[in-house]
Amino acid sequence: MSNQIKKVISMNVKTLTLLPGYLGRKIQKNWRVIIITIPFVWLLLFFLFPFFIVAKISVAELKIASPPFSKMFEWTGNGILSVRIVFDNFIYIITDDLYFNTYINSVKIAAISTFFCLLFGYPIAYGIVRSGPLAKPIFLFLIILPFWTSFLLRVYAWMGLLSDQGTINNILIALGIIEEPIQMLYTEFAVYIGIIYTYMPFMILPLYANMEKLDGSLNEAAADLGSRPINTFFKVTLPLTMPGVIAGSLLVFIPATGEYVIPDLLGGGNVQMIGRVLYNEFSRNTDWPVASAVALAMLFLLVLPIIVFQYYQGKSVEEK
Amino acid sequence: MHGQRSRFLTVMITVGLAFFYIPMILLVVYSFNYSKLVPVWGGWSTRWYKVLFQSEEVWSAVSLSLKIAIVNATFATFLGMLAALSMVRFGQFRGRTLFGGMLMAPLVMPEVITGLSLLVLFITLKQVFGWPENRGFATITIAHITFSMAYVAVTIQARLTGMGQSLEEAASDLGAKPFKVLTAITIPRLMPALVSGWLLAFTLSLDDLVIASFVTGPGASTLPILIFSRIRLGLRPDINALATIIILVVAVCIAIAALILFRQQQRDLLDQQLAKREE
Repeated sequence: MSNQIKKVISMNVKTLTLLPGYLGRKIQKNWRVIIITIPFVWLLLFFLFPFFIVAKISVAELKIASPPFSKMFEWTGNGILSVRIVFDNFIYIITDDLYFNTYINSVKIAAISTFFCLLFGYPIAYGIVRSGPLAKPIFLFLIILPFWTSFLLRVYAWMGLLSDQGTINNILIALGIIEEPIQMLYTEFAVYIGIIYTYMPFMILPLYANMEKLDGSLNEAAADLGSRPINTFFKVTLPLTMPGVIAGSLLVFIPATGEYVIPDLLGGGNVQMIGRVLYNEFSRNTDWPVASAVALAMLFLLVLPIIVFQYYQGKSVEEK
Repeated sequence: MHGQRSRFLTVMITVGLAFFYIPMILLVVYSFNYSKLVPVWGGWSTRWYKVLFQSEEVWSAVSLSLKIAIVNATFATFLGMLAALSMVRFGQFRGRTLFGGMLMAPLVMPEVITGLSLLVLFITLKQVFGWPENRGFATITIAHITFSMAYVAVTIQARLTGMGQSLEEAASDLGAKPFKVLTAITIPRLMPALVSGWLLAFTLSLDDLVIASFVTGPGASTLPILIFSRIRLGLRPDINALATIIILVVAVCIAIAALILFRQQQRDLLDQQLAKREE
């Protein structure tokens, strides 16, 4: 009996000493799988899975409870599982004027801001590409630097410029152009300035990356054949930089539509944007089902088309 | 494409840079204003810096933000590196499209959506598993890792594609096993990208307001949450002082990161020239 126990124990000890080597060999063999699995599982759990919960809440009803919504699955007394799904929240956000107008207003503000970012960003990016090898990295660095200094503080800086006693009003009064300060802070104008200011680098950098690859000899060929510079720009340069224009516009338009901080700080209560409504719905009214429905609507109307577009774009590039 | 820059383009760059920098410069200048009303000049003074350093609220927010930023940067760099290796070096695998999509989506996702979805996740986890008990350090850190690993992955992917595979191929020709190649060749060569990825994740975390506001709980205020709650009510001179310090710290971090990347580029250029000469 004791002999047998001894045997078993010694066998187990033997297995234990073999374990590190065994694990080592396992890692050697499956390391690719392990490397893929760790970030994959992280993203599934903390990125994809939450959207399913949001979807679940968006088809629930508001309830005075913690958390404030009805349960989807519930065991009724007779051991029957009842499933409760209501689409009221989606009908509500489509038919409710506040949500509809706010959404349209966000898209409008984001689209106009994107246009201005493009209008000013394009010549800046083109100018940097045309700069000498010494100036180029310096300009690029200067464009990227404010992009990394706190977003919140860059918005705050404009509060100081735009307020009634702010720098711009002071200068205009000192120059005698106006007598009374103009209200600029807490207007839609301030929101435009804020978005253009903070998102401009997102426009310039993809444009720069695209223009950097342009072949200058095409412009020379066009000039040799008698094309005027303006004509060359519209017929040669602009069509070739379209991928950069699209990438930059998306990088500005999407986050700008969902922007929360800028309409809150620079628009005050006067400018309604969907991100701000969503945040307030969640934190103050605690109407989670409606807030979840708004988030999902935003996701489907805004982000999904982009991802599909990018996917096909990527595919067509790979095929070439 | 090099060549002459027309006068119009020069003017645009100048105006653009002025537009970028004048607001920041004014922000810094007004931090040294004696007056309590930010835009009214009352003479030079460092009084608001003293007010700032005496505030316990500010110190605890700074320490929470730094703790989150450091832990976030470390995990995000690790996960981002694994993700970048999977996307660039492993060819096709099952779920690659989904993986790539999830990896890139946080770059374009509106912050309010990311924040909201993570909050409902944490609430559901608490109901089911009883964790997280309180929202704060842990929940903000997890949220930050999730979005900053995407930025890190992009940085490392660019470096992986840029540095080519010739050294790896040489190592395996000489008999190194694939795992050995990874640890002895690929990861050491990735070092500059890892460092800049770490700094990137660090600043992203320090900068985030919206996502942190969603996933934090009572009592846990990061620095942006504190700043936001104060400036919502208007301009404050002590915030100008705080802004000046933050701008200085970030500028130094970015300068270091840029220097590391620049030196790496020079070295790569030198390597290429040497390789050409040997041919």
